[in-house]
Amino acid sequence: MTRKRVHLAAHFPGVNNTTVWTDPRSGSQIDFASFVHLARTAERGKLDFLFLAEGLRLRELKGRVHDLDVVGRPESLTVLSALAAVTDRLGLAGTVNTTYNEPYELARRLSTLDHLSDGRAAWNVVTTSDAFTGENFRRGGYLDRADRYERAAEFVRLSRELWDSWRPDAVAADRETGTFVRPGAIGDVGHRGAHFSVEGRFTLPRSPQGHPVVIQAGDSDEGREFAAAHADVIFTPHGRLEDGRRFYADVKRRLARYGREPHQLKIMPGVTFALGDTDEEAAENAAAIRRQQVGPRTAIAFLEQVWGRDMSAYDPEGPLPDIEPDPAEGVSQGRVPIKDRAAVAAKWRALAGEKGLSIRELVIEVTGRQTFVGTPGSVARQIDEHVQADAADGFILVPHLTPGGLDEFVDRVVPLLRERGVFRADYTGATLRDHLELT
Amino acid sequence: MTLHLAVALDGAGWHPAAWRETSADVFSARHWAALVTEAERGLLDFVTIEDALGPQSTLPDGLDERTDQVRGRFDAVLLAARLAPLTSRIGLVPTATTTHTEPFHVAVGIATLDHVSGGRAGWRAQISARASEARHFGRRRFPPLDPGARDLAADPHVRDLFAEAADAVEVARRLWDSWEDDAEIRDVATGRFIDRDKLHYADFAGRFFSVKGPSITPRPPQGQPVVTALAHARLPYEFAAGSADVVYVTPHSDEQARAVVEEVRALSGEIKIFADLVVFLGEDAARRKARLDELDGAELASDAAIFTGTVRELADVLLEWRRAGVQGFRLRPGVLPYDLERITRGLTAELRGHGVFRRAYEATTLRGLLGLPRPASRYAEVS
Ligand SMILES: Cc1cc2nc3c(=O)[nH]c(=O)nc-3n(C[C@H](O)[C@H](O)[C@H](O)COP(=O)(O)O)c2cc1C
Repeated sequence: MTRKRVHLAAHFPGVNNTTVWTDPRSGSQIDFASFVHLARTAERGKLDFLFLAEGLRLRELKGRVHDLDVVGRPESLTVLSALAAVTDRLGLAGTVNTTYNEPYELARRLSTLDHLSDGRAAWNVVTTSDAFTGENFRRGGYLDRADRYERAAEFVRLSRELWDSWRPDAVAADRETGTFVRPGAIGDVGHRGAHFSVEGRFTLPRSPQGHPVVIQAGDSDEGREFAAAHADVIFTPHGRLEDGRRFYADVKRRLARYGREPHQLKIMPGVTFALGDTDEEAAENAAAIRRQQVGPRTAIAFLEQVWGRDMSAYDPEGPLPDIEPDPAEGVSQGRVPIKDRAAVAAKWRALAGEKGLSIRELVIEVTGRQTFVGTPGSVARQIDEHVQADAADGFILVPHLTPGGLDEFVDRVVPLLRERGVFRADYTGATLRDHLELT
Repeated sequence: MTLHLAVALDGAGWHPAAWRETSADVFSARHWAALVTEAERGLLDFVTIEDALGPQSTLPDGLDERTDQVRGRFDAVLLAARLAPLTSRIGLVPTATTTHTEPFHVAVGIATLDHVSGGRAGWRAQISARASEARHFGRRRFPPLDPGARDLAADPHVRDLFAEAADAVEVARRLWDSWEDDAEIRDVATGRFIDRDKLHYADFAGRFFSVKGPSITPRPPQGQPVVTALAHARLPYEFAAGSADVVYVTPHSDEQARAVVEEVRALSGEIKIFADLVVFLGEDAARRKARLDELDGAELASDAAIFTGTVRELADVLLEWRRAGVQGFRLRPGVLPYDLERITRGLTAELRGHGVFRRAYEATTLRGLLGLPRPASRYAEVS
């Protein structure tokens, strides 16, 4: 049996505590040079794509902007378009919300990016919607999950209709006959649905990929169903072997319902990593990174999100206080809410008691453990094994440092994946669809 | 003092038949890269990029079904971003509509353009009054545009669109200021990445939308990217005077230039006044234009004055209008890259001969080139 190929993408470090800014090597999160650095590193490694996340309102804790993590990002598609000028083959994936955008405009922006990158554009479709984020937009408000995904599905279908509306040969640009566009080659779009009503004509020729790659990131049943019906790639948090296999089987099984084949939807968990020359050194590095990720105040902030109340008076190096979570609405805004905070608190308390952990040690224990820890050889083997075991089709690598956090992985792990015969030595196609083997 | 010179880029040029006289492929990045690097070689202040939320048409509203003219355009903000890394000094001023777009997204997009270009971003803010474009969004129903209507200001629909545009620019300006310059502190001792007292809510609530803020993007390098607007009449002059740093006006004679300058100056002492001209350059300019008119089956019509002649003759017009108080020009090349190259290789030398054009870029930001200081954030406490 032939071995599955591994797909790899690079996630620009995010605005949460996974990204370490206290390290002397930490560079700017906003200077274009940082984006160029990461994109070029990814392209040097022949990775499939670079990935940018999105958050449309700054996160708040206790009614104030959260100040402990890296914050401040560019608009995804604008920075990706600039990166198209300094890269040749690397896919360029931007996260853009369907609740706070309109199909005609966004389809046009995505088509533009696909044209300007010669076929390397991808769109991570997210549906995040809360009244808090809505305060920045005309639309405002809030959509519940079913409505969000219904709107997202209609949005993607309509975008594809717009992308398809110019026949591939529509632009003749025949100077002899004076025919710029072939008569009848541009179709009109007339759409009337529950969420959108769009009537008229699109402004761009069909782009190199035809349809930019669609990625989905959301984990609910509705999210998975949406991905099975519409997405080319899933960005999922399920990076561990058993968990990943369950998720993989679940989502791939859903495809048949939409007349799709398993290879038409690539499953790529977001994963973190820590490397070392020996397994012991890697484990030490991993532990050191986690201590950087959870500073004393960050530990308290995590506690506050679960307990739903101000806990700044407690010593992060001391024991967990003996108080119950506030069942009221919570103190955190702008991130996916924690379900059943009381149960989480009970679990944390039990764990802290059992192992005798301080607040900070507990938070280090329960959050953000690196997915892959080991020597380059060991990490390459783990990645390969996950893919061959159908826990994933590849991974979206989330480095903890901007902009150099991917350098070591590309220099030391990628060559070993190549030696295992599961990762490309060079790009064989021009477009992101080619890299992802989406046909 | 130096005269400011910009070019307006659109398709294969401003003549609708221009594409037939050039090998330009308007849907390739290469075409645009060649144009903007040429403009930068000519030391121009900036390029603007046209855009709209619907296909081009010879009709004021709706499709004309013509197949002999360029149809289709890239999103201008993304195109400008694609060009930013290929240039280092020239300003990049894409058009973005205020009517159907989200002010928050536009503000963050222009701020991002400023970050990726190292402080060279501008924005040409434009309304969209067309019913055909409103139908692409399906959220508002617009009356059909009346091509006969002369008095824009009398139309309450158009008045509202300009009021909305002013609100959109106000929101963008607040969002650009919403992070003070020194908000990012990276204070390891206290574990704080930012000083949140230096992040501010925009707290904008108006008739058309409200926006809370702060921006998700740190303050752009210029603090305030340059806002520009095209204006042909009193209502848009008022919008420009209240919202923009640069206004493009369209006089057709020396007298009109004087009159427009006087009218705009009375509204704003600070705004930079640029005049727009469609230009066909060279000894054979008139013949070239006539040939294109014939190919197109109509004489070129434009909101701006149409100039045909040599660069020396054009320089004379610019100098005359300069005396009328015009501070800069946005030239719309009839054919690309031909007429652009006459500007960058001929007109600039001619103007330099008169001592009114730069010999080297004197600043690294667009505000710098325009002589606009970098403003402090409106939210910064003066200490
Ligand atoms: C791995 C992953 C990455 C995500 N990235 C983003 C993001 O960058 N921006 C965003 O607004 N939402 C993001 N989301 C949120 C989802 O799009 C979705 O709105 C959220 O998970 C709720 O949907 P669900 O109910 O299907 O899980 C992400 C979700 C996952 C699982």
